[in-house]
Amino acid sequence: MGVAAEKEKPKLIDEKGLRVDGRRPDELRPIDMEVGVLKNADGSALVKYGNTWVLAAVYGPREAVPKHMTLPDRAVLRCRYRMLSFSTHERKSPAPSRREIELSKVIREALEPAVLTELYPRTTIDIFIEVLNAHGGTRTAGVTAAALALADAGIPMRDLVAGVAVGKVDGIIVLDINENEDMYGEADMPVAAMPGLGRITLLQLNGVLTPEEFRVALKLALQGIKRIYDMQKEVLRHKYAVVEE
Amino acid sequence: MSKLLVENRAMVFPGDVIAEGNNFEIATPYLKRIGNRVVATVIGLVTIEKDDRTTKLGLIPLEGCYYPKVGDLVIGIVIDIGVTSWLVDIRAPFPAVLNASDYLGKPYNPSEELSKYLNIGDVILAKIAQFDRGRDPLLTVQEKGLGKVVEGVLIEIKPSRVPRVVGRRKSMLSMLQEETRCQIVVGNNGRILLRCPDPEREAIAILAIKKIEREAHTQGLTERIKEFIIEQKIKRGLIGSGGGKGET
Repeated sequence: MGVAAEKEKPKLIDEKGLRVDGRRPDELRPIDMEVGVLKNADGSALVKYGNTWVLAAVYGPREAVPKHMTLPDRAVLRCRYRMLSFSTHERKSPAPSRREIELSKVIREALEPAVLTELYPRTTIDIFIEVLNAHGGTRTAGVTAAALALADAGIPMRDLVAGVAVGKVDGIIVLDINENEDMYGEADMPVAAMPGLGRITLLQLNGVLTPEEFRVALKLALQGIKRIYDMQKEVLRHKYAVVEE
Repeated sequence: MSKLLVENRAMVFPGDVIAEGNNFEIATPYLKRIGNRVVATVIGLVTIEKDDRTTKLGLIPLEGCYYPKVGDLVIGIVIDIGVTSWLVDIRAPFPAVLNASDYLGKPYNPSEELSKYLNIGDVILAKIAQFDRGRDPLLTVQEKGLGKVVEGVLIEIKPSRVPRVVGRRKSMLSMLQEETRCQIVVGNNGRILLRCPDPEREAIAILAIKKIEREAHTQGLTERIKEFIIEQKIKRGLIGSGGGKGET
C-alpha cells in the first residue's frame, strides 16, 4: 500500500461518466458462480466478481476438535478467510495477517444470523474461504461464496447471504468497487444482507460519506445484493438442472 | 388469509417463501416460520398434503448430513474400542456407542478383550436405541438380522438420497432386488450393503444405485432405473435382447 499510495492518483471517472474498467456507476462487474466444485468438501463454491476469485469450502456439521469448543445447545460456526500468497501483485506472506483474522470474524458474523445452528448441538460447521485472486471486494465475494457453499452442504439457513461493496470515487457513488477504486477512492463500504428477510448482516465503512451519500450508497448496495442473490438462486437451480438432462 | 406459493414437489432453495399465512402444519425442521411466512432452509423438494381441515407442508432435503433418529437402521464401522463399549462411525456429527453387554446379549466381564468380538474397521448393522440433543447416539443389535456384517459389498451414497433408493412403500428397493437378484440392505445413514449372486449383477446394482443418487430429484425415476437395469443386463449378456422376460 505504501508504495502504491505514493503513485499519482489516476482519473477514476472519465468525461462520459464511465469508470476505469468502462462500467457505469451502478454496474456490477461480470459475476460468475459455480457450486459443488470440490469433491472432498460437503459443500463448496467458486465465485468470481470480475478479477476477484474466491473459493469457499464448508465441512460439517461435524464432531468438533478440540471438544471443549463445542456448545451444548447449538453448533459452533468457524470461519477462516485467507488470501493465497499468489493472489496479490506482490507475494503475500502465507502467515495469517491481522487483517485476515479480522475479516474471518466479520464474515462469520455476517453468516451467523442466517445459519440455524440450534439444529445441530455439540457440533461445528467449518467454513474455509480462500482468495485465489484479489482485485477488490474479496470479503463480500467471500460472503457470497460461503453462503452458496453452506447451501450446497445442506446446512439449514434462514436465507442466502450475498454481499457487495459500494464506494465513492471522484465524488460519485459507485457499485462493486474494484481494487483501483478502492485504493484511490474516497470511501469504501462493504455490505452483506439477506434480501429475502430484508436484514443487513455486514456493514463497514472506510473513508467519509455524508449522511445523504450514505443513504444513496446503501440503497445502491442493496440493489446490487438483490441481483447477486438472484444469481445465487439461479446457480443452485442450474446444478440440478444439468443432471436432469 | 393464507396462500401457498409453490406446487407440490417443487424444488426450493434456502430463503424461498413456500407459503404465507399461519394455518399450515409444518412437519419438518427444514421449514421455518418467519413472521407469517413459511421459508425453506435447505435445497429440497416440497411436499404438500391436503386434507379437509389442514394443509401439511414437508420438505425432502437433497443435501445434508445424516442426523440420527431413534429406530433408524444404520450401517456403522467400528472406530474405537473402549473398556465396556465400542465407538462406531455412523456418518453422523456424533460417534455412536455400542455397549458390550448389548452386543453379547449378556452381562459383560471386563477382563475379556473386546477386540475378540469386534475390531476396529468391522462393519455392523444396528438400530439406534437412544438419542437426544444432549447425548451421543446409543446403538443396539438385539433384533433379528442385526449384528456384525461378515460378507457383502458396502457402498456409500449421500444420506439425503436414501428415501429415493427405498422409494414410496419400498417400490424402488423391491424393484432393484427383483431385477438384480441381490439382497440389498439400506441403512438410513446412506450406507448400503449388497449381497449378490454374481459380480455382473453386483456391478449393475451399484451402477443403478449411483444413478438413483445422481437423479434423486427427478420424477419417474423407478421406471427409468428399471429400463437402465434391463439395458445393462442385455449389454452384459445376462438376458437376450428380446425383452425383460426369459432371464438366465
